[in-house]
Amino acid sequence: MDQIPILSLITYAPLAGALVLFLWPRATERAARWIALLGAGVSFVLSLALLAAFDRSATGMQFTEFIDWLPGLGIAYRLGVDGISAPLVVLTTLLSLISIIASWDPIKRRVREYYISLLLLETGMLGVFVSLDLFLFYIFWEVMLIPMALIIGIWGSANRVYAAVKFFLYTLAGSLLMLVGIVAVYQAYFEQTGVRTLNVLELAQGTYGQAFQMWAFAAFFLAFAIKIPMWPFHTWLPDAHVEAPTAGSVILAGILLKMGGYGFLRFNLPLFPDATRAWAPFIIVVSLIAIIYGALVALVQPDLKKLVAYSSVSHMGFVTLGIFALNAQGLYGAMIVMISHGLVTGALFLLVGVLYERAHTREISAFGGLHRSMPLAAAFWGLFAFASLGLPGLSGFVGEFLAILGGFRAYRWAGVIAMVVVILAAWYMLWMLQRIVMMRAPGEPPDPDDPELRLANAYAVPPAAGGAGPHGHTVDPRTFPDLNWKEFATLAPLAVLTVWLGVYPGYVMRILQPAIEQVLSAFGRIGL
Amino acid sequence: MEWIADWLFIIPLAPLVAAAVNFLLGRWWIRDRAHWIAVPAVGISFLASIPAFLAVAQHHEPLSQHLYTWIPAGDFQVPVTLYVDQLTAVMLLVVTGVGFLVHLYSIGYMHGDPGYHRFFAYLPLFVFSMLMLVLASNFLVLFVFWEAVGLCSYLLIGFWFRRRSAADAAKKAFIVNRVGDFGFGVGVMLIFVTLGTLNYAEVFERVGTLSAGTVTAIALLLFTGAVGKSAQVPLFVWLPDAMEGPTPVSALIHAATMVTAGIFMVARAHPIFVASPTAMLVVAIVGALTAFIAATIAVTQYDIKRVVAYSTVSQLGYMAIALGTGAWIAAIFHLFTHAFFKALLFLGSGSVMHGLHDELDMRRMGGLKRYMPLTYWTFLIGAAANAGILPLAGFWSKDEIIVGAWVAGYPVIALIALAAAFFTSLYMFRAVFMTFHGEERFDREHLHPHDPSWTMSVPLVILAVGAAVAGFVGVPPEQGWFHHLLEPVFEGTEHHEVSLATTLTFGVVSTLVALAGLYAAAAAYVFRSVSPAAVAERLGPLYRLAHNKWYFDDIYQRFIVEPARASAVFLWRQIDVGVIDAAVNGVASLVVWTSQLWRRAQTGLVANYVLAIALGTVIIVGAYLVAGSSLFR
Repeated sequence: MDQIPILSLITYAPLAGALVLFLWPRATERAARWIALLGAGVSFVLSLALLAAFDRSATGMQFTEFIDWLPGLGIAYRLGVDGISAPLVVLTTLLSLISIIASWDPIKRRVREYYISLLLLETGMLGVFVSLDLFLFYIFWEVMLIPMALIIGIWGSANRVYAAVKFFLYTLAGSLLMLVGIVAVYQAYFEQTGVRTLNVLELAQGTYGQAFQMWAFAAFFLAFAIKIPMWPFHTWLPDAHVEAPTAGSVILAGILLKMGGYGFLRFNLPLFPDATRAWAPFIIVVSLIAIIYGALVALVQPDLKKLVAYSSVSHMGFVTLGIFALNAQGLYGAMIVMISHGLVTGALFLLVGVLYERAHTREISAFGGLHRSMPLAAAFWGLFAFASLGLPGLSGFVGEFLAILGGFRAYRWAGVIAMVVVILAAWYMLWMLQRIVMMRAPGEPPDPDDPELRLANAYAVPPAAGGAGPHGHTVDPRTFPDLNWKEFATLAPLAVLTVWLGVYPGYVMRILQPAIEQVLSAFGRIGL
Repeated sequence: MEWIADWLFIIPLAPLVAAAVNFLLGRWWIRDRAHWIAVPAVGISFLASIPAFLAVAQHHEPLSQHLYTWIPAGDFQVPVTLYVDQLTAVMLLVVTGVGFLVHLYSIGYMHGDPGYHRFFAYLPLFVFSMLMLVLASNFLVLFVFWEAVGLCSYLLIGFWFRRRSAADAAKKAFIVNRVGDFGFGVGVMLIFVTLGTLNYAEVFERVGTLSAGTVTAIALLLFTGAVGKSAQVPLFVWLPDAMEGPTPVSALIHAATMVTAGIFMVARAHPIFVASPTAMLVVAIVGALTAFIAATIAVTQYDIKRVVAYSTVSQLGYMAIALGTGAWIAAIFHLFTHAFFKALLFLGSGSVMHGLHDELDMRRMGGLKRYMPLTYWTFLIGAAANAGILPLAGFWSKDEIIVGAWVAGYPVIALIALAAAFFTSLYMFRAVFMTFHGEERFDREHLHPHDPSWTMSVPLVILAVGAAVAGFVGVPPEQGWFHHLLEPVFEGTEHHEVSLATTLTFGVVSTLVALAGLYAAAAAYVFRSVSPAAVAERLGPLYRLAHNKWYFDDIYQRFIVEPARASAVFLWRQIDVGVIDAAVNGVASLVVWTSQLWRRAQTGLVANYVLAIALGTVIIVGAYLVAGSSLFR
């Protein structure tokens, strides 16, 4: 191998950190944090180098690594990235780094073990995005599952064990189906060509019968549909989010959900193009249900994390809508939604975490008037809420509009129904924004210049106190300190990227271009 | 002239920089000096617009400057290109001109507000967005800034965010606008899918290739957006509530500029509308309804800003009538004159509020003429211009719209517009008389009304001059300088010849109608020969209909908002938790239950296991014998 195995370095840098911590049981909490930061930091810097060196004009995989592993079975250590996986790798390393900083103060129990889990998780996620061998992919896929379940189950809130088990079993059921699918494709390719291989690129060259494709597609599809998650397999998500610690939610929403979308693009579409075409209308219908359903249910959530979780269900509906529209706009849209959702929803969960650290509750009714006590946090809330509801100029709009346009191009009705979400998303996001950032703290009387007060004086009606008021005792939001520098450091880069991706999506789209054209070539729609 | 095109970017850039600086540094460093940056920035923008205007006015050649490609997605390429033709040039002057005056006025009006720097970040951001909206050269960039001005509107309506009423109004404005944007968005997609481009020039060239049904669909979808943004029936409900924002905001955004974006957009897309008579008729009817309904509501309101707000809705209705009847230039002409007198009326109301410690209720005003003469005279000019009194600005443009509807063959719409003109005059002079004439109903011990400082007075005077004389750019009717300026934009559209007799007849009739409204207002509020309460009593249900804003808000609340929330709760509690999650938990329980069943076998008693082994052996051997031997065959 004459070049530096940069993908392996990116993938195993966090693992190295985890190993150091594992072998050093007496590490202080401080040391554990710094080692974790170092591991994730190295990985992040290397991934930036990867992006800089990435050839945006080349089709196919880059930075490939190959080591024969079990040649008799066709299993090899194959890594590589293309335009679809490269941005996701960078997103993963960035959000992992941010998660480590975000966990600095909030995590106080079993710090060493926590960071071991987080680093293992990062290696698993990166491995999933860079593997080109189905066996290797499956290993990383499963590696990722355990630390995530542990993070929810050990460092989560009250009902954490239920949520962790639910998450674990749901995902495991999906991955077992995928395993069946992998074995089936492996066997089918062997019967067809006499070659045993688990190389994704090679398997995609095979032609499989329609009936086989339909079943194998379904096996892969269910695994990814649970992960992304698609309605009606989404019920693990609100529970997992609500119980997970802040960093867990960030990783979960920011990266784990993207595994589903990535899986569709990497496996379902290239391996089973005929089945994709056959299943597409059905999947589009389910996506539309997810989009509208998620938005409506988000509208009535009393818990901040649940609201954001259901909004994720709605956003992931755009991903599947865009992918299965099977045209260029749809695919670009799906990818941009994934990246944007990682940034925006990650940031929203960080902000929820900021509030939880201060109030020890996530009930929306416990907050109000944060604009006064936490002006900086309020500005971030506003920015990310508007990014989430798809305001043009911020990242959410580019992806959503392209995904809807792709849907509209494929099926007029799908675009029209998906567009309804512009109303619903504004409704739930602004409603949340109003109740936590605007107005007044629960129980706080109106200001002297408030017309409400004048009205009350004129008609002798007592003025309504701000907010709905929490149940029982909570901390008064008026006393909250504004963001500290660590919290600011986690949010600021996400804010910059959100604006940048909204104003100049061309940079990312040109990275995506060759890969998306390649995916589309299987459907005879190059350049559309 | 090439060099002007290369410098177009200055026009939107200056306010953007001001907004960014004030937003990032305002709280920590700039604070109450925020206007030092914002006011000159908008001034630069205005000065930069003048050469662009002169260039297109003289050479009739549009200017354009390509900035960068925003979205490259396969065959969907969206460039950001600044484009100035005569229509855009007029809008540039209105936006930056009124924008500058409002910025100047705000220095005094917002003085001492804790959010001073925030205000001077949001207001230039609005100017930037609005400039980009009118400079756009394709439908998606238009849509982007269409939403961006909506954001600024949200931020500024909710500026005093601690008030529930302001927070509610801001949210309502954004969501109602998004209902319109839903239609607009679908319309944009339909244009792209059918024509393969979103650039104005190419779209308008290819409109002829579309079927009648498709063109009508596109036109109506785009118009849905205009109904939201330009506050037409049935989506006008957000605009009166938007008065929760500071008054300069109402003047700039909710009177002079943003709300006219819908009118601008329809005028911009006129080739699409011209191709669909059905869509044109819908536009005209919606406009007529809006003009009439809003005018009747305005007569029954007591809040001075809401009177002016409903007046804005009504005047936007007039503009829509002009668009729908093909009087394109008249629509833009009215947009132009309206910007002067409506901004003036809002800033005048602001002065009144300033003098009376934020009092809004006209029942607690009266007799202010004596205390604030400058405000009085400028407000009076604005009111008279709005009411269409000869020779002020509003007369010329409004009259042209009514004539235009008549000659285009829509006599009913022309008559509705005349009826609305009566109410316009009535509510305008009612506001003048209730506020500035009669007895002093405010608390004279604590309040000492006075004319404002020079930063607030200068904009009033300039706008009053504009409201008085701006109409002359369109004189003589149909043949004025303004018409010749805009003719190239609307080249090729049908034009109805208007005889001198028609012009004169309508001039006389609409003057008489305006005077009738003036007389009615004077009879009720000056001479006291008619009691308004008695009239309201007599009209009964009709008065209540108008006073309750034709019940639009209540209908939405009852038939849209509440059912949507109820269905959301149902989906969450019954479907999500009750069915889907219950099924998941059910599967888990089933597994547990089955396992429990098998667990009973694990008793731990060796005797039981031995028994089981023995029984098992017997059964297996037995089965083998039965199956394998020929004994039982």
